[in-house]
Amino acid sequence: MQEFMIWLQHPGLTHFLVISALLFSLGLYAIITRRNAIMVLMGIELMLNAANINFLAFARYAVGTFDGHAVAIFVIILAAAEAAIALAIVLNIYQVFHTANVDEINQLRD
Amino acid sequence: MDLFTILFYVFALITLGAACVVVFSRHIVRAAFALLFAFFGVAGLYVFLLADFIAVTQLMVYIGGILVLIIFGVMLTQKQINVDIKTSPVQTWPAVLIVAALAGVLIGMFWSTDWARMGEISTATTATTPKLGEMLLTTYVLPFEVASVILLVALVGSAMIARRERNT
Repeated sequence: MQEFMIWLQHPGLTHFLVISALLFSLGLYAIITRRNAIMVLMGIELMLNAANINFLAFARYAVGTFDGHAVAIFVIILAAAEAAIALAIVLNIYQVFHTANVDEINQLRD
Repeated sequence: MDLFTILFYVFALITLGAACVVVFSRHIVRAAFALLFAFFGVAGLYVFLLADFIAVTQLMVYIGGILVLIIFGVMLTQKQINVDIKTSPVQTWPAVLIVAALAGVLIGMFWSTDWARMGEISTATTATTPKLGEMLLTTYVLPFEVASVILLVALVGSAMIARRERNT
């Protein structure tokens, strides 16, 4: 217990990794339980952010080069592209099915 | 306890608290606004990791771009009149089990592993942006160009998917 209190007082690599693990789990929870497609997208964004925290934490504390930063930038670029495409698909689905709930969309045709 | 530690926990609390609101709130607009604070908290954590450029990029791309897109999506796909804006969760208990198991495994692994330390980015580092720009145009020039093409394709593709005229 004493050891844990001392650990809490010195933020380091493990602290960031634990935060990212919690953020990733919350994102996965949103993806599993949410019916609305946009809420699922929000969960995906949370998971991408958690992965980015990991990249930057290892770059800062364990590697010492800026390669992790470059990867983080590519992750942000792909997240932007993914959000645009996914929202376009959700809008199109809404026009056809008049709902954005992923469990009600179970037909390939109109 | 120094200022660094206190601020670190403030940003960690903002991030995780806002993420909890995103995940557990039934009101979808409230979830979208909580996502703003979650992204902001993550940007603060990036600053603690000495990634100033990434933190600013996070603010501009996530909060300025993706979040606005998500809110647009919420507004365009919810029936405002019928108060259908709330969504109920499904499969709650299996999800709790799976997520608790995943979080336990991840945290246990992060806790027990003795990570190899090859070096550190020193706190005396002043500007990361010039180094990052240099790397993007030398080591990472191919992914950089591919990313630009992907962004163009995503732009054209999303415009076409969203505006497709239907014959019926």
